[in-house]
Amino acid sequence: MYDAPTLERHVSQQETKFSARNVHVYYGDTHAIKNVDVDIEDKTVTAFIGPSGCGKSTFLRCLNRMNDTIDVCRVEGDIRLDGEDIYDKRVDPVQLRAKVGMVFQKPNPFPKSIYDNIAYGPRIHGLARNKAELDEIVERALKRGAIWDEVKDRLDAPGTGLSGGQQQRLCIARAVATEPEVLLMDEPCSALDPIATAQVEELIDELRQSYSVVIVTHSMQQAARVSQKTAFFHLGELVEFGETGQIFTNPVDDRTESYITGRIG
Amino acid sequence: MPVTWLVLILLALAAAGYVLGRGRALHAAGGDSRGLHSLPSYYGAHVGLMALVPAMGVLALWLIAQPLVVDNRVSSALPDSAIPESATRGLVMSDVRRVADGLDLAVSEGVMTAREAREVRTDTTDVRDLLGEVGVALGSDVSPAILDAAQRYRAMTRTATTLMSALVLIVAAGGFAVALARTRPDFRARNVVESGVRGLLILAASIAILTTIGIVLSLIFNTLEFFQLYPAWDFFFGTTWSPSFGGGSELGIIPLLWGTFYISIIALLVAVPIGLFSAVYLSEYASRPVRSVAKPLLEVLAGIPTIVYGLFALLTVGPMLVTVFGDEGLGIMQAGTAVMTAGLVMGIMLIPFVSSLSDDIINAVPQAMRDGSYGLGATKSETVRQVVLPAALPGIVGAILLAASRAIGETMIVVLGAGAAARLSLNPFDAMTTVTAKIVSQLTGDADFASPEALVAFALGMTLFVITLGLNVFALYIVRKYREQYE
Repeated sequence: MYDAPTLERHVSQQETKFSARNVHVYYGDTHAIKNVDVDIEDKTVTAFIGPSGCGKSTFLRCLNRMNDTIDVCRVEGDIRLDGEDIYDKRVDPVQLRAKVGMVFQKPNPFPKSIYDNIAYGPRIHGLARNKAELDEIVERALKRGAIWDEVKDRLDAPGTGLSGGQQQRLCIARAVATEPEVLLMDEPCSALDPIATAQVEELIDELRQSYSVVIVTHSMQQAARVSQKTAFFHLGELVEFGETGQIFTNPVDDRTESYITGRIG
Repeated sequence: MPVTWLVLILLALAAAGYVLGRGRALHAAGGDSRGLHSLPSYYGAHVGLMALVPAMGVLALWLIAQPLVVDNRVSSALPDSAIPESATRGLVMSDVRRVADGLDLAVSEGVMTAREAREVRTDTTDVRDLLGEVGVALGSDVSPAILDAAQRYRAMTRTATTLMSALVLIVAAGGFAVALARTRPDFRARNVVESGVRGLLILAASIAILTTIGIVLSLIFNTLEFFQLYPAWDFFFGTTWSPSFGGGSELGIIPLLWGTFYISIIALLVAVPIGLFSAVYLSEYASRPVRSVAKPLLEVLAGIPTIVYGLFALLTVGPMLVTVFGDEGLGIMQAGTAVMTAGLVMGIMLIPFVSSLSDDIINAVPQAMRDGSYGLGATKSETVRQVVLPAALPGIVGAILLAASRAIGETMIVVLGAGAAARLSLNPFDAMTTVTAKIVSQLTGDADFASPEALVAFALGMTLFVITLGLNVFALYIVRKYREQYE
């Protein structure tokens, strides 16, 4: 049903947020990402698609240096956020992650109350001067996460008690609460049912108003539905990167076409 | 026939059964094991088990039942007049048993012949002296009634043992024959052996459980006996501990409990922060090479016997504390043995316990929690403090409670490090003692087991058992609740 609208989708040229050049990633001896060049634009949803193990999640985790937490992982090349090299020695990865928020595959609310889940980021970064401001930040984040109406009467209830879809929207709200500039989403809907997926996708579309969103997904329909730009990864290489409509209807590379039509995967 | 011989015969029979059963099955199948339902060794094992297991069962039951029955019969035949005013039937029966055992021993050592032993008389022989020669000490002279009962005891035991040997051998031979007769190619020996294995496993499990029950029961009976001799109120609420075997002792548990808890609390104050911090370091910060060296090193501590810790307390920690807090220094410590000495060393002993349990629990916190926190821009210590530790807290509390129950039950460090004085004091540099140390001192030495001074050990043990059991149950409850959170 989304086949036609992708063609007509309006894509305006935005300024570049992330620009990656000659990126290589190694896990020990494994060469996981090979020479990837990509530009990610502001106020745009960029989708990374590709078969399992093709390196799309690995590349996503390079963008906020989450790979630093893995001992054997080594990143080479040049990744710039707003023109600044994020792998520069002077860059504090902790500060970077506050600017580049992340939502994970499985909803992972902390075993705390809903309120404390959202307030976690603002508290550690000192974004609120007093309780009233913090309340305001929490409310705003929950509204942006499209979950405020469902939880406003039970902010003290544990976040782990919510349903899967609610938990994922809570995690998105948690990421939004620190006012990031970019939001990375690693298969955010893979653990959700179709209704929850639809809610999250709708939310992603709204988030595009304020953030640059990068989403890794296994579902090509999802990539077609929510993204404006699509990158196709295969065996650690970036095969093709372009406007979503073009990738899905008129791919340049044979491998992209094979994947999209289901011949490889 | 002695039991050892009986068991050896049974084992030989089982081995023979294995060989015969296997051979018979193979022979019945014409030498081709493919014609059998099961592998040949199963047929052998079947015959062996059938010869061994029922006979062993009969033997075990008989050995348990025989003393009870014989005791009962002899005891009921004992006239009331044979029991002195000051003693009970049970005490007289223990004399009877000792005389009977002593006579058997005298015969086996060649001091007297079997015939002499049977016909020994109290008016012609001094039985007490006679038994003293073979090393059996009696509390009083042997009265004719007791000697009479002892002779009856010997006779019944001898008959019973003969009967038992016969019965066990018959059962073994019967099982052997039945199993051998059943050995045909279509007999499902494999399935029978399987159920035999299952029975064996159930037996092993029930022995462990029954032993626990037995320990608890023996504690309970002796404790009840103690409370008949000494008022429970004075035991639980008495603030003085001064046992004297001459009578008039005061056996209040409060000073001992106070010592136990004081030492345990100091031990936990040492062990919990150090253990927890090292667990956090090992599981969150340490790189893989560091971890692979540091963790085993830390666990070496757990392998040191507690008596060695005791020596460490006595010879190193105690004198060291005295130089600082003793008369030369602050003047609040009289001697090296003190609550502080034992508490510090016990704390060191508990470090690996707390750290390895906490390490497991911290590792069980899903990586997704940490990722979520790092993804929001939290540092490592913020993540540990605000996400990992709260998530692991119930489990860590469980670990601490388990460590506490070990601290409460610890003996050797206290005996060597804390002194022997039962004292109610707030000064941690005073010598105090604990429940466990006093159990040791009440039962060692030549205490009369019927006196409250000795029986108090069982009441102390029971109290300790109830406390540590409560702590363990509470700890398990907390750990289980924690598990539900993630699974």
